[in-house]
Amino acid sequence: MTPSSSLDTAGAAPHGEHHDHHPNYLVDGTTIKSWLLTVDHKRIGLMFLFWVLLFFLVGGIFALLIRIELLTPGPTIMDAMTYNRTFTLHGLVMIFLFMIPAIPAVFGNFMLPLMLGAKDVAFPRLNLASLYIYLAGAVIALWGMLNGGLDTGWTFYTPYSTHTTTTVAPVLFGAFIIGFSSIATGINFIVTCHTMRAPGITWFKMPLFVWAIYATSCIQVLATPVIGLLLVLVTVENLFSFGMFDPARGGDPVLFQHLFWFYSHPAVYIMVLPAFGVMSEVVSTFSRKNIFGYRAVAYSSLGIAFVGFFAWGHHMFVSGQSTFDAGVFGVLTMLVGVFTAIKVFNWIGTVYKGAVDFKTPFAYFCGFLFFTVFGGMTGIALGTVSLDVPWHDTYFVVAHFHFIMVGATIMAFLAALHYWFPKMFGRTYHEGWGLVSAALIILGFNATFIPQFLLGNNGMPRRYYDYPERFQALNVASTAGASLLAFGFIIIALYLAYALVYGKAAGKNPWRSKGYEWQSESPPPTHNFVGPQPTFPEEPHFYVDPKKAEVPDAV
Amino acid sequence: MSELLNNLLFLPESASTFAERVDLLHHFVVVTTIVMSLGTGLAALFMFFRYRRRTPAQATEYVVPTLKTEFLFVSVPLVFFLAWFGIGFRDFTWVTTPPKDSMDVYVMGKQWMWKFSYPEGPNGVNVLHVPANRPVRLLITSRDVLHSFYVPAFRIKMDALPGRYTQIWFEATKPGTYQVLCTEYCGLSHSKMLAEVVVLPQEEYDNWIKEQRRGRLQDRQDALADTSLVPPVARMVEQGQVLAGTQGCLKCHSVDGSQHIGPTFLGMYDRVEKLDDGQQIRVDEAYITQSMMDPGAHLVSGYQNVMPTYQGKLQGPETAAIVEYIKSLRTPAVREGASEGPAYDPIQ
Repeated sequence: MTPSSSLDTAGAAPHGEHHDHHPNYLVDGTTIKSWLLTVDHKRIGLMFLFWVLLFFLVGGIFALLIRIELLTPGPTIMDAMTYNRTFTLHGLVMIFLFMIPAIPAVFGNFMLPLMLGAKDVAFPRLNLASLYIYLAGAVIALWGMLNGGLDTGWTFYTPYSTHTTTTVAPVLFGAFIIGFSSIATGINFIVTCHTMRAPGITWFKMPLFVWAIYATSCIQVLATPVIGLLLVLVTVENLFSFGMFDPARGGDPVLFQHLFWFYSHPAVYIMVLPAFGVMSEVVSTFSRKNIFGYRAVAYSSLGIAFVGFFAWGHHMFVSGQSTFDAGVFGVLTMLVGVFTAIKVFNWIGTVYKGAVDFKTPFAYFCGFLFFTVFGGMTGIALGTVSLDVPWHDTYFVVAHFHFIMVGATIMAFLAALHYWFPKMFGRTYHEGWGLVSAALIILGFNATFIPQFLLGNNGMPRRYYDYPERFQALNVASTAGASLLAFGFIIIALYLAYALVYGKAAGKNPWRSKGYEWQSESPPPTHNFVGPQPTFPEEPHFYVDPKKAEVPDAV
Repeated sequence: MSELLNNLLFLPESASTFAERVDLLHHFVVVTTIVMSLGTGLAALFMFFRYRRRTPAQATEYVVPTLKTEFLFVSVPLVFFLAWFGIGFRDFTWVTTPPKDSMDVYVMGKQWMWKFSYPEGPNGVNVLHVPANRPVRLLITSRDVLHSFYVPAFRIKMDALPGRYTQIWFEATKPGTYQVLCTEYCGLSHSKMLAEVVVLPQEEYDNWIKEQRRGRLQDRQDALADTSLVPPVARMVEQGQVLAGTQGCLKCHSVDGSQHIGPTFLGMYDRVEKLDDGQQIRVDEAYITQSMMDPGAHLVSGYQNVMPTYQGKLQGPETAAIVEYIKSLRTPAVREGASEGPAYDPIQ
């Protein structure tokens, strides 16, 4: 195998002459119908991007309202009932409508076929359907949240959720429908990975982003049905007073928690595994280096997906479950941390002897590294049973899951957006603004959530509308951080919108990446590759200097 | 050092024996976490600088880890995590296993207040009086939705579940007043569900109990004004005896050890019963409560599954009273004085 250096001159766009004959996917059909009924995975990815960003805005506005309310003890801008509905809406929108679909449905959809050298995903029509199922669920859930509202928190714990007078049923039904979208997307990706790989792409030549999406899809397909059925049971109980979870009718409220966390704990990995995948691509491209331990990173994705299913009980250490159960779930939780540590060390190893170009996506990688290590280790701390006793359901938990689930995912989402922006739209953005806003966001995020770790240490429970005086200083600090964070997002929205219209043409491969997706045009033509199906002779993430190359045997 | 860390980390005052244990591990874990995150962060920053790109098309060496490196990546964090877990699990077992000589208090969560009742008689709403330096076991239940009983200064927390008793214990080390918070979201006034624990020196506590038994005029007037909040002062055991009669328990359960339709109440508490499925179970508050609410769940060997459920027929305090009555039908071996630490029962 001879390493090829042809891609180093890729900026010259050797296939540029085909441009007129093969219009890129953005201009291939300009009617509204050609977008709404498209089966092109790239257009579907873009439409998901639009909706996901819209829901992120909604969830973000509600986050700010929460932070403003908590600026002072007692009522600040809303009453207790409104506050309870606000944090429920914030959680539901952010988790079901933003975090879960954010990376797989947008960048997974767009990049996965390109990275596998395929023309499209395995089931293009199912792919389109999953967008509309997602939207239908979102509309029903949001309608329910705005008409009557829901005050249970996103966890819907029974018996409160079966007794509350607010409108639980439409929201749960909406979430149930969104689940089908998640399952459909997952199945589509799994089948695509199995059947659509271009000749030469063996399992261990798949880019690590594909590995991460594959592991994520497995979780989605296996876990989502559980929450779907659970939501149906709670709805039925709420509407018709069934007794599954109501102790007054012989039911068991802790059973609900088991079923709920059996989905919702793996769901955390539905959110962060794709983020890990994005970061593997980014760190490799921007340090121009092969991934330090490719197989270790690939296997650890599967490892996290697997042990992620056995850790749910750590949400119930103080729910009256037995001491023995607490021990078992505690140990299993540690394993997730070990798999994550493998990834972190291998990413840092990737930078070793690399050639680092500190561009915007790489800035997000730095933030991501800190959020993952600190957020991940505080998670292990929470899995340490005796420490979980005081921390459980306090702001420490809030800060922890915002660090790992939100912080890491947002870093990866923004890194992906900046990394693949030239690929998706064929234009570049202003690098200076990119770095400034990345700094603002990383700083703002820390300023928002580090005080919340301390609040949790100090004993402030979560979902508190009002709080004793002594918690105020840290709440003010947190709110100040949140405004910084919001400011960072506004800047990003402005310069990316500007770049979309006025940005310079990006060329085929502005980062000089060896990622398979960059072998196509930017933006790619409708069927991804011009001419015969491409082959990929090199292993992914391969930047080896041909002069120095000790060409590796199969690793 | 410990004091300094407590202040830096915003930990509340530490006022129980468990708090001291938790804080030690807390410092270990938090310091390791900070060192690790800063360590990775700084190593990464150093490498970003050391290996910055010098020419646009720079290519790199092919570097892959040896098996030894990957093994190191796995084992170092694993050793730390297991150490944390080991210490944490030991302490958790300690705090979920009350000493035999601990004093009992029943705690009931209700939207949005905490009610406390003592087997000796007095009841209280939102104020729990306990003696210092004596283990106190809390038997926690809920009247409606889930709540969670949390005392930051003691570092203890336990969920309150309707129709079930959970337990946790603490030994307060300093007299004083400490805040109780509810940490399981329970609706509109979740954040207003506050109470306090008043820790008194033993002597003052004894006086307080005496005074409660006598029943101050003020208390009686309060009780008359709002009987729903403060039930008349009476010993729970006596209430339980009356209830056991009126609810029909005594039709099937004898109190003198004689055989009947159900197991006798005499000496039942703390007895190890053999179940139908061959397993054994120790009769504690949780088991007695479960047997009232779901009689068939763990049937004692040799008895028919004929008892009706009392779910919905008995309220939290009534359940507690019957439990106390059953507990009274044995020869108590209560030791006086300071605790000798927890007596470990095998984990069920």
